[in-house]
Parts: sequence; structure tokens; C-alpha cells
Amino acid sequence: MVTNKKPDKAMPEVIPSDSVGLVEPKAIWFDQPLALNCGEVLDGFQLMIETYGQLNESHSNAILICHALSGHHHAAGYHSMEERKPGWWDNCIGPGKPIDTNRFFVVALNNLGGCHGSTGPTSENPKTGKAYGPDFPVVTVSDWVSSQAMLADYLGIGQWAAVVGGSLGGMQALQWSITYPERLRHAVIIASAARLSAQNIAFNEVARQAIMSDEQFLNGRYLEENTIPRKGLGLARMVGHITYLSDDSMGAKFGREMKNDSLSYDYNVDFQIESYLRYQGESFSEMFDANTYLLMTRALDYFDPAAEFGDSLPKALGNATAKFFLASFSTDWRFSPERSREIVDALMEADRCVTYLEVDAPQGHDAFLMDIPRYTRGLAAYMNRVAEDCQ
Amino acid sequence: MTTRGDLDIIRKWVAPTSRVLDLACGDGQLLYELQKEKQVTGYGLEINSQDIEACIDKGVNVVEQNLDRGLGNFKTGSFDTVIMTQALQVMHFPHLVLEEMLRVGRQCIVTFPNFGHWRCRVHLAANGRMPVSKYMPYTWYDTPNIHFCTFRDFEALCREKNYRVLNRMVVDQSYQNGVFANVWPNLMGEVAIYHLTMAEGES
Repeated sequence: MVTNKKPDKAMPEVIPSDSVGLVEPKAIWFDQPLALNCGEVLDGFQLMIETYGQLNESHSNAILICHALSGHHHAAGYHSMEERKPGWWDNCIGPGKPIDTNRFFVVALNNLGGCHGSTGPTSENPKTGKAYGPDFPVVTVSDWVSSQAMLADYLGIGQWAAVVGGSLGGMQALQWSITYPERLRHAVIIASAARLSAQNIAFNEVARQAIMSDEQFLNGRYLEENTIPRKGLGLARMVGHITYLSDDSMGAKFGREMKNDSLSYDYNVDFQIESYLRYQGESFSEMFDANTYLLMTRALDYFDPAAEFGDSLPKALGNATAKFFLASFSTDWRFSPERSREIVDALMEADRCVTYLEVDAPQGHDAFLMDIPRYTRGLAAYMNRVAEDCQ
Repeated sequence: MTTRGDLDIIRKWVAPTSRVLDLACGDGQLLYELQKEKQVTGYGLEINSQDIEACIDKGVNVVEQNLDRGLGNFKTGSFDTVIMTQALQVMHFPHLVLEEMLRVGRQCIVTFPNFGHWRCRVHLAANGRMPVSKYMPYTWYDTPNIHFCTFRDFEALCREKNYRVLNRMVVDQSYQNGVFANVWPNLMGEVAIYHLTMAEGES
């Protein structure tokens, strides 16, 4: 769940030495049909990807990066010297960084149903010649994993050294370990959950209602009318954004700081936090597709790998052969440490290899994207093991 | 606080290929050796971040979990052996921790400093002050060791709780199980190592 960094953060004039540098996305078209959980079949689809580092001779050093709700394929480096900020997980991916591109071949993609180049609601529906819009099928975490397996085949990767993700990305790593046990050696699952709680689903529903009740939503066919549900999507993002931060981090960043010297006694912006949230909402609504937002929140809601196994997560993980690394953050109330512990406990019950960090951090859910020394060191130590297993 | 000595003894008491839970596992040395030499599987629980990183480096499964939160997340009988070295005395309720160890594991191994060792007695008798030694390097106000016991105190607890002692060993500073420690364990043993099971349970 990527946050927009401060708008004033400028691209350095020289690319830092621990950056993957200038990178170029690549679109890959898949001709094979993909049967989705909802019953529909996509005859073909496109995935937008970026790769960093070199695939070794034995193809054993590939890492798949799965993105969260609003993420995409641009995980590290810069698209141009003019780009204001690097990819969304640049903190973690690069030469000498925890996911070390000197050692790993890193693959990041935009998931199916996304709005950054992979086939999704904004793509042209071959049957109508117009954007899919609301007709794009609801895809699930499982569907994503199936499409990612096709991507692995395309890239000649029989087995990932690791599948890595935070939040919704962590759910994909977990699903990988269950669906394709033999196709990954490690699953790295950060600030994630094996299923959403009622509170999580409730927040998603508020976000969806905000979008769908916008007059410009037009039953999802807004693109055909050359408009977007700006207000609704912005509101959805504002609600989401609150859940990604902690009370502490918001307090430290904004407190009760005022925008103006005196109270306005109306309902315009008085407090800095209001101004910040409005900015976040507005800028997000310009760059993200509302139908994709609906789809991503639904994928979150539906994720529940234990459901097919009599609600037993240990049973669901019974066939997993990957080794697991999990981390959670103390002030994350969107995917609290308890949610990660459920996975860890299930893994221990299933006698799987697992390492778990519970990091004391004030940043809330967004902590997983940040450079928090204890977290970075722990992840780096684990990824070092992953690299040693590649030989 | 653990050094090689008590770990060497514990290693002998752990059955090959068994499933082990190591409470307060430190840098993971014991689990690492047990994995390597006895193909043991299992997990270490630890909260110290440097120790956790050392475990990760060794390839030991380490889970960040505070023991004061209990072992409620582990099923009854889910491990062959639950181990805790040199940490019993820092627990808030050592007797409940022991109870939990023997619920989760069919057997448990604990080590603790013997407060009845002659040096402690002499120190307290001669100086009238709390003993400070290699194994108990803290002063009374900043020590994490809040529940000291002697060898005999521990034996009494085992009888009361109906724990069967499978093995016991007291060792001196150099982890030698010397003649004196055998004859007068409560006086000569500095570190006590116990291997327990429930009296009515399987061993």
C-alpha cells in the first residue's frame, strides 16, 4: 500500500550508487487462456514487468516481488533522470540492499487487473473495442499467482529463489507456497495476513462505497464518458491512508498543527492533517483507476487460503515446502502483528521452517516500505541465506 | 549467559530427529548444533534483536516471541523437548513456565544458576550483600534475575508438581561435573541442569 512521498522530494542529479539506476518496463503478452476463479476465461493478457540484476546460469537466483494494493511493476530505480522519486521499494531493492541486485535477478510486475500497463479495467476489451471498465472480471490472489507462474515459465524460471511481498503482496507469496510448493524455495511475507478481519473488510467496503457513490462513477463506465470518479476515489484513498499510518506517526508528523493562524469556523481546511489527506486523495485519484481499486480491495477481501482446508491454515500449509520469513510492525493496525502470528503459529504447527520478526516501529502499516534498521538488517540477513541457497 | 559447557551436556539428552522448542534461544548455537549433529527440527524463541540476527545467519528457525506472553500459541504435546537455558530465573512466574514447558513438550530441559553454591553462601555470610559472580554479574536493583532458587528448592518444586527427573547434572564454573559437585550438589554445583518429564506421562 504505497504512499506518495512528499511532493518536494526531488530526483538526485546523480543516481545513487546503491540504486539499480535507469530501468525500463517491458510489456509481455500471453496468448494462453487463463481461467479465473470467478469462472470467466481471459483469452490472452498482458503483464507489465521490470527486472533488475542478472539471471544466473542455473536460473536459480530469481526473486519475484509482489505488489500491494496500489503498487505496480516499478519497484526500484528510475524511469528517467527527471523522475522525482524511485520505484516504490527502492529502499530494499538495489546493489548491496537487502534484496541485493548484485546477487539476485529481481522480477517485479503489475498484477492482472492493475492500471499500470497490465491487462485490467482500463485496457481495451477485445469484444467491445472499449475499455473493460466494470466488465473486467474480479480477479483473486490465486488468479494472480497463476498468471505469475505463466510469467515464470516465460522467463525460464522453474523455481523462484524467493517470492517476496508486503501486505497484499505477502498474501501472494503465501498463496504461491500453497499452490506451487515446488516452485519457490523461500516465501517472504511482510506485514500481511492469512485472511482479512471484519474490520479490514469494513474499511474496504467504505472505500468501495465512496467510489461507487460518486456521481461520476457512472456504474464503472466513467472512461467511456471521459471522466473519472475523482471525489470518490480520493475519499477511498483518504480512508485507506489513515489505516496505513499509526496514531503515533500521524501525531508526530502533524499533531494539531494548523494550516492558518486562526480557526475558520467553517468546513474548509483548518488542520494540516486535513490538507495532507486531501492532497493524498486528489493526487491518487489522478493516477489510479477506480475500477482497479475496487478489484484490488475485493481480492483482499476474498483471500482465505485456509477456507478450502476446513478453515485450517496448518492444513493449507501442509504441502508447502518453502522456508518462510515473516515480519510485522508493532503499530500496524491494518495488518497487526497478531495477523502475522497466526501464520507463524500455523507454520510451526505444520512443522515448516519459519523465521519471524516483530519490529517495534512507530510508522504503522507503511513501515514495511521504510528503512527501519532492525527490519532492514533482519531481512538482509535472511536474504543472505536465500542467496546462499542459490549456489 | 550460556556457554558451551551446559550446551554440551544438553546435547547428549536430546534424541536424534526430535522436534525441539528452545525458549530464549540466544544466538541459536544449541539448535544449530542439534540440527547439524542430530537432525533435530524446531524453533528458537528470542526477543533480543542481535541474537535473532545471529540465528538467521546460522540458518536456525527463530521466532520473535516474548516468553512472558506464555506458550499459549503452542499445542499440548507438540514438541518432543522444550529447552530453556539460564533463563528460568528471569521469568515472572518460573513455576508456571515449567508447567507450560511440560504441557507443550513431552520432556523439558532447564538450566539455572544454583543460589545455594558455596560461593554465594560465603559471599552473603561474609559481606552481608547479595552475591555477584560470573553467572550472576548484576547488582540486586538492576538484575534481570528476579527468581533465584537453590538446587534443593528446585528439587522440592519438582516433587510438589509431580515432575520426574530423567537426568540431573550440576556443574562448576568450568562445566566439570566434579566429584564434589556429585557429593554436595547444593554446595558445589554452580549451574544446575535438569531433564524433566511429567511423572505419569511417557518419558
